[in-house]
Amino acid sequence: MPFKMEPRQEVSRTVVYATPVLAVLLTVISGYFLFLCLGLSPATTLYHFLISPTLTFYGWSELCVKAGPLVLIATGLAIGFRANVWNIGAEGQLTFGAIGAGGIALAFWNESGLWILPLMCLAGILGGMIYGAIPALLKTRFGVSEILTSLMLTYVSTLGLGILVYGPWRDPQGFNFPQTRMFTDSSLLPLILDGTRMHVGILVTLAISLAAWILMTRTIAGFQVKVVGEAPAAARFAGFSRNRTIWMSFLVSGAGAGLAGTFEAAGPVGQLVPHLTPGYGFTAIIVAFLGRLHPIGIIVAGFLMAISYNGGEIAQVEDRLPQAATGVFQGMLLFYLLACDFLSRYRLRRISARREVTPS
Amino acid sequence: MIDESIVHISSAVISASTPLLFAATGELIVERSGVLNLGVEGMMLMGAVTGFATTVTTGSPVLGILAAAAAGAALSLVFAVLTLTLMANQVATGLALTIFGIGISALLGSGFVGQPVPALPKLDIPVLSTLPVIGPVLFGQDGLVYLSVVMTAGSAWFLKRTHTGMKLRAIGESAQSAHSLGLPVIRMRYLATLYGGAAAGLGGAFLSLSYTPMWMEGMTSGRGWIALALVVFGSWRPWRVLAGAYLFGGVTILQLHAQGVVHLPAQVFSMLPYLATIAVLTAISAGPWRGRLTAPADLGKPFRPPV
Amino acid sequence: MTMIVTRRTFLAGSAAATGALALGRPGRAFAADPLRVAFVYIGPIGDHGYTYAHDVGRKAMEAHFGDKVKVTYVENVPEGPDCERVIRQLATSGNQLIFSTSFGFMEATIKVANQFPKIKFEHATGFKRTPNLAIYNARFYEGRAVLGDIAGRMSKSGVAGYVASFPIPEVVMGINAFTLAAQKHNPNFKTKVIWVNTWYDPGKESDAAKALIDKGADILSQHTDSAAPLQVAESRGVYAFGQATDMTPYAPKAHLTAVVDQWANYYIDRVQKVMDGTWTSSDIWWGFKEGLVGLAPFNASMPADVKAAADKLKADISSGAVHPFTGPIRNQKGDIVYAAGQKATDEEMLKMNWYVAGVES
Repeated sequence: MPFKMEPRQEVSRTVVYATPVLAVLLTVISGYFLFLCLGLSPATTLYHFLISPTLTFYGWSELCVKAGPLVLIATGLAIGFRANVWNIGAEGQLTFGAIGAGGIALAFWNESGLWILPLMCLAGILGGMIYGAIPALLKTRFGVSEILTSLMLTYVSTLGLGILVYGPWRDPQGFNFPQTRMFTDSSLLPLILDGTRMHVGILVTLAISLAAWILMTRTIAGFQVKVVGEAPAAARFAGFSRNRTIWMSFLVSGAGAGLAGTFEAAGPVGQLVPHLTPGYGFTAIIVAFLGRLHPIGIIVAGFLMAISYNGGEIAQVEDRLPQAATGVFQGMLLFYLLACDFLSRYRLRRISARREVTPS
Repeated sequence: MIDESIVHISSAVISASTPLLFAATGELIVERSGVLNLGVEGMMLMGAVTGFATTVTTGSPVLGILAAAAAGAALSLVFAVLTLTLMANQVATGLALTIFGIGISALLGSGFVGQPVPALPKLDIPVLSTLPVIGPVLFGQDGLVYLSVVMTAGSAWFLKRTHTGMKLRAIGESAQSAHSLGLPVIRMRYLATLYGGAAAGLGGAFLSLSYTPMWMEGMTSGRGWIALALVVFGSWRPWRVLAGAYLFGGVTILQLHAQGVVHLPAQVFSMLPYLATIAVLTAISAGPWRGRLTAPADLGKPFRPPV
Repeated sequence: MTMIVTRRTFLAGSAAATGALALGRPGRAFAADPLRVAFVYIGPIGDHGYTYAHDVGRKAMEAHFGDKVKVTYVENVPEGPDCERVIRQLATSGNQLIFSTSFGFMEATIKVANQFPKIKFEHATGFKRTPNLAIYNARFYEGRAVLGDIAGRMSKSGVAGYVASFPIPEVVMGINAFTLAAQKHNPNFKTKVIWVNTWYDPGKESDAAKALIDKGADILSQHTDSAAPLQVAESRGVYAFGQATDMTPYAPKAHLTAVVDQWANYYIDRVQKVMDGTWTSSDIWWGFKEGLVGLAPFNASMPADVKAAADKLKADISSGAVHPFTGPIRNQKGDIVYAAGQKATDEEMLKMNWYVAGVES
């Protein structure tokens, strides 16, 4: 091989910023051929996919609506992922959070007051934490893998929400359709800007991201999580408990997902319905890693994901791009982003005969 | 009459379990090598559509099955290049693979929606298949069912009894030490990943050629995820994965039979397979195997040979 | 028409989009321009069931009008936070008539319709209407009554199996209509129901079909999207009915007929009305009579008298001579819900959440 790869001694800032650009460029080239094969006008479709979502103010407001829950969930998940705690059931914790918040909204449907929304948020956070506590308990008490429990419980939570909205929580005026009443103003998140769907939950998410950033970089707890994940032996030596880390990871990520569920129910949806989320809990896992488990990286990754979703919709609307093709395009974008990450950590170097004998 | 019901119910359990078993035994080998590929759902769909399209086009189910395995492996190659050569994050790449696989399978299969294909023929094993009850259940299934069990047995034998299998396990436990012992870490991980993809492809082919001989977009309906959970359930051991697949498939079928007999909200019945799996694993973990159910130590951790 | 996006139309499209946004109203279409029509689908058009049937209607409408319409659609739009954005996107990009084809899109469609009063909206299977939002639905229960009639005559065991998705009124109504019609011939007729909690999972649907046959059913009906139950019926030698489209190719022997969703007539009618300027917000619930509900060709193996009876029932329902929900009707507890001769009102049917005697679920 005339080339070999070697780790970069220090990661240069230029490279960190340049690699995502390269990834997008590669996606554009591949997308061009994909759309060409589908008989579309590639330039137009690419424009709709990648540029159109960011062209208007309303477009940006929708990116916030889409990225908000992804960022909020991913920020919570990242803490566990850093400690090698595999919570892949954020979708279930989100659902339970929404059930908690929705329960409050329905219980005080006739009331109005400023206290209802905070109470809903609290119930949502608690719902998510309680649902996250089950895998944590089974893991710490019996050693049951959290991958299995958190995933399986996701299916259970969706069915549980179904029992409620098909049953006791059904809208009495709703022709027996599976949905609750629409929440009243006291239980709906105020909008930041009229005419958009941007709600205060997005500001809260932003604040939480910043808080997480400070927590991870400036506090002992953040350091502890990192050490437990990267060097378990050293962590034990330092007296950091593995079980405590598991509990903390699940409670924090459960709380984040639960709050995200609250924001969805009390924000864009405005009621409880059987399918409250389009898989935010799973997509957030990609967002967490794409953002390199860093709170600020997660915000960037969340917006990138949101562009790919919203852009996919626009391309379907404008160009009749098949929905399946939006998945292919999205997959390619992710592949390139993940692959190009490599270039920021390694570099290709030409191997000369001389270098080969030099000890590395 | 009762005998006949037992045969039918058992056969239904086998059908429901086999796609899970294929994908899970494959993923087991992948994970034993220390690689976590969450893209099982995408690879299964790829196998399902390729197997179906090939069978319809060529008229040969054997070619269809081979093509399905090849297609699953091809998709897993994308994962392998990204995670093993370019060292991309495995969890994120696996999830991206699922998104990609769902999309590409729907795109490729759009011309095949609504077409019928004859179901795989049953391979009756002479003499044995004429035994009452046991005969048709154990010896009257189609070839893929036998293959899934053979692959499970093969995996168990491979991991435990062969030299290569031991190397694979060593790599999964500690890629670093395996490398210093001179084992080809990256090459073996590549092969394991490709095998996992092929097995998931076969699971998909079982769906589109035997279980429900048709192609519909997203027809795996989350079975790839269940397969991933079953690897964990089986604590990375082939026969326990088989037990898990049949437990899940069994409860799936039995809850259908319980409907109308026991009166509960319909959703409660659908929860049962998931709850049963959690409950059984918890009981096992709390009981005799406590502490012996650990994942391969290097699972999901990237490895690059030092230069 | 083919979808060749030229630079001109592309620029026009984006200009309309930005213009609409700035002024808060939809882009104006010129008389010579084709009418822009859009569809929002809950599933993939490759589901070969509910969405597929809407798409067949869409294609027929497109073929009917040719160059006079420019049609777009979005598939797999999840109910929840995303559908409002999709519908709004369709509105801002210059579509003048938008069909949203799933119940779960109701609230989102209303919100967008209120923001774009000049655009016409149509929502399938909902119950809320506004001046620029019409609602439409099909009387599928009429078709299911005919299936029940056939089942009552063809079943030897007197037990039908019903693969059901979710207990919403539409599904409940169908189960009841089917059972009541079958009981006209066999008062002891029973319908065993298995819920799979999904619209669309071929494997689960096939498992449910097998379980129903094991429970004694010798004829199957379904309210899920895939042809998997029919394949099971074919291999186990029992009869079955297709769903949403003619599914004969999957089960040439077992497939007796199917309730076919025929949205084309409605879509053509509504588009024409927009072109003529006669569109008003309406609330329709069409059935056999208007051609929105149809039956797939009867299986050749069906006895002539059964075919004739099914045709007659279809004609009688069409003419209004027969109403599938005519008393006496008892619920599962045996209480009379409708006295002899009493008919269920449309509203009662649309809200139906109880089962008639003979349904085992």
